Amino acid sequence: MLRVENLTVQFPGRHGSFTAVEDVSLRVAPGEIHGLVGESGAGKSTIGAAVIGLLQPPGFIAAGSLHLGDTDLRALSAQEAHRLRGKRISMIFQDPQTSLNPLMTIESQLIETILAHEEISTAAARTRAIDLLEEIGIRDAATRIRAYPHQFSGGMRQRVVIALALCTSPELIIADEPTTALDVVVQSQVLDLLRDLADRRRIGFILITHDIGVIARVADKVTVLRGGRVMETGTTAQVLGQPRHAYTRALMAAVPRLDRKIDRFALPEVVSDVVDKTNVARAQQAEDWLLSASDSTAATGPVLAISDLSVRFIGTRTSLWRKPPAFIALDNISLTVRPGTVMGVVGESGSGKSTLARVITGLVNPAAGEMLYQGQTLPRGRVRTRAHPARRAIQMVFQDPFSSLNGRHRIGTILAEPLLIYGLEPDAARRRNLAAAMLALVGLSPDAIDRYPHQFSGGQRQRIAVARALLARPDFLICDEPTSALDVSIQAQILNLLKDLQARFGLTILFISHNLAVVRQMVDDIVVLKDGRIVEAGRSEPFFAAPRHPYSIDLLSLTPSLGLLDQAIPA
Amino acid sequence: MRQFWGSDGMWLFRRSPAAMLAALVAVVIIGAAALAPWIARTDPYDLASFSLMDGFLPPVWQGGDARFLLGTDDQGRDMVSSILYGARLSLLIGLSAMALATVLGVSLGVAAGYIGGRFDGMVMRIADIQLALPAILTALLIDGIARGILPREVHDDLRVAVLTLAIALSLWVNFARTARASTFVERNKDYVQAAIIMGQHPLRIMIRHILPNILGPLLVIMTVDLASAILLEATLSFLGIGLPSDSPSLGTLIRIGMQFLLSGEWWILWLPTLFLVALVVAINLLGDFLRDLLNPRLR
Repeated sequence: MLRVENLTVQFPGRHGSFTAVEDVSLRVAPGEIHGLVGESGAGKSTIGAAVIGLLQPPGFIAAGSLHLGDTDLRALSAQEAHRLRGKRISMIFQDPQTSLNPLMTIESQLIETILAHEEISTAAARTRAIDLLEEIGIRDAATRIRAYPHQFSGGMRQRVVIALALCTSPELIIADEPTTALDVVVQSQVLDLLRDLADRRRIGFILITHDIGVIARVADKVTVLRGGRVMETGTTAQVLGQPRHAYTRALMAAVPRLDRKIDRFALPEVVSDVVDKTNVARAQQAEDWLLSASDSTAATGPVLAISDLSVRFIGTRTSLWRKPPAFIALDNISLTVRPGTVMGVVGESGSGKSTLARVITGLVNPAAGEMLYQGQTLPRGRVRTRAHPARRAIQMVFQDPFSSLNGRHRIGTILAEPLLIYGLEPDAARRRNLAAAMLALVGLSPDAIDRYPHQFSGGQRQRIAVARALLARPDFLICDEPTSALDVSIQAQILNLLKDLQARFGLTILFISHNLAVVRQMVDDIVVLKDGRIVEAGRSEPFFAAPRHPYSIDLLSLTPSLGLLDQAIPA
Repeated sequence: MRQFWGSDGMWLFRRSPAAMLAALVAVVIIGAAALAPWIARTDPYDLASFSLMDGFLPPVWQGGDARFLLGTDDQGRDMVSSILYGARLSLLIGLSAMALATVLGVSLGVAAGYIGGRFDGMVMRIADIQLALPAILTALLIDGIARGILPREVHDDLRVAVLTLAIALSLWVNFARTARASTFVERNKDYVQAAIIMGQHPLRIMIRHILPNILGPLLVIMTVDLASAILLEATLSFLGIGLPSDSPSLGTLIRIGMQFLLSGEWWILWLPTLFLVALVVAINLLGDFLRDLLNPRLR
């Protein structure tokens, strides 16, 4: 049905033309879900945009042909292309929050779209809209149709977006990361819906995703892309079952496994970030410096003991005269972190994971409870002086490496800051030297010291953030979703780095993540949070083998199982 | 230098004729104004350097005197010299008022955004009150107070300073509001949180971390407000609150020219006016260009 042949898309810029997609060919048959998988910058979305004719200017199709049935998509006039969009090709976007107009009811948005393409009466369009909503699994559609987008949950909203894409009965739907913004539970429902639509309505889908798990679950065929080129293409069973290309294998090896713990991710040399391991001598210098102070922490008791900790935020005001009710972010949390181990904190968004990190670091004041750091009371946020020793000993690595480094400072300045602030190294030249050595230790070139953060990729920046934390000579490291903003192969590298550092320096780590598979690879102990309460706590491996609390069981079973992957990766 | 010329900003600049023309006009005007004592033929403040005999001479192309390229005013002052000296004074007041407003507004705005709570409320309410008062009223008020508390001779000497202060006080609100809004955004970014966790001094965080990251929008306001400051000075001088006619700024020149609006001696009014318009439009265009340059969405 859809034939794309030798497609090349270029973006002319001042430093010459950038080729986003090069010589890509693919075919989509009716009723087939064709997965496009790859990491950021692979050109997945650009292919989708080229097919539907919505390339961001100044991008243009430099070569190749696009045919939908017997229509040549490149030969269409702007007006014909406009009519074709929606009528024969539709699109589903990543974020259901922004792809619906918040000021219009679902009804008017659906009817508007139907009437734009067909000349039928409003009443007929309305009946069609209700049927559609019923079809995609919205119960009681006749009344729910009058609701506004914000009155639907995220998953329901994505269903409405799908209904919107369906309402002109298109032949082809391009779904660009349709489940990335959704929780695991909702994700599986939406994927089932896509599969069902392909089977029943014989719609062809191009499913763009970075997640091999999603592909393994619903796609018939898959094309693996990297840097705008096709690495491998074929049926899903064949590509994921017997991957022929080294990149496909690397991509699959980098996916964290939920079913077993692997010591280290085995990463072939084809992943996208360059890791510089050549500066062994410099790295050794940083390592010696870190180890030279470790005698001060010969603690035997728990590094951190939290008892009955509660955090309340001021909620939304309900009346002008009454005090706004408190929003309870953490409710009577107690946990202990053993020295030299990794404690995992998991939970869905809004469960209070990050609040926990913020209380420990003193950014948020607890309402009640006590925190003991190495046997000493850890003063609450406002009371903790700037010179308090825990300020140095507890360091944090943030989720988003794009905002955690000050973009206006050079890497050298950023890294020297902890040395200066904590008075660890009074001499500026030696601070600089040490910063460069630390870069070598985390796998970057020491020359990076004179560059700015924007000159690095996300993974490299996260390494810099880790280096900054290490330069404080911490005993306790808090990692708040350190890899959720990164591509899988980069995630695997960063997780490897953290594992190495933890093993070499005996760091104690609090590892916060929503991704159970990642957590399993990293932690010794685990705490499951739900709505600010601990629902289950214990050693990690027994937990993954046999979770006890119903919520933990739910969480584990809903994480997408990579059935096909299991056969693909030998243990 | 080569790096600067090859930067993205310069690339966009070289592709924008409006920005290049504006920059050229601004550089020529500001340069000429700054060098006025060396390039002007006479000193319009020096009563001995002109004579009433030369009064009302039209510009050269209308058959005037070759000594006075753009003619003379009623006192026989050379228009070229008057305009250059006037622009010099206008720019001096505009620039210092803008600088004062920047320092005052940005420090209050960043502090309000960073500290938040009651302090923020207080600063912003003062800003709201300031916004409710027209700039001219503020200037009148300050001029009045200065007149009241200072002896006459001191007041005359300090006229430039009083005018600068009045203009700065009516412009700081823009800076404070923008700085505060940007600080709110930056404050919650992880790099600031990291600095707080590290136990850095709040002043260090505000100056070393937040300030460099909010400079972009402030730079735009600085150019646009420089234009407003110059206009405001001209307005105040035109109304007679600003500078006296013996040390004319552009506004004063326009006020003098007003008397001859309908008398046929058009150059006395129109030449300083056109000069002022060219200067303000050029600075505004540069400000717009800067805004586009710093806004990645518009690129």
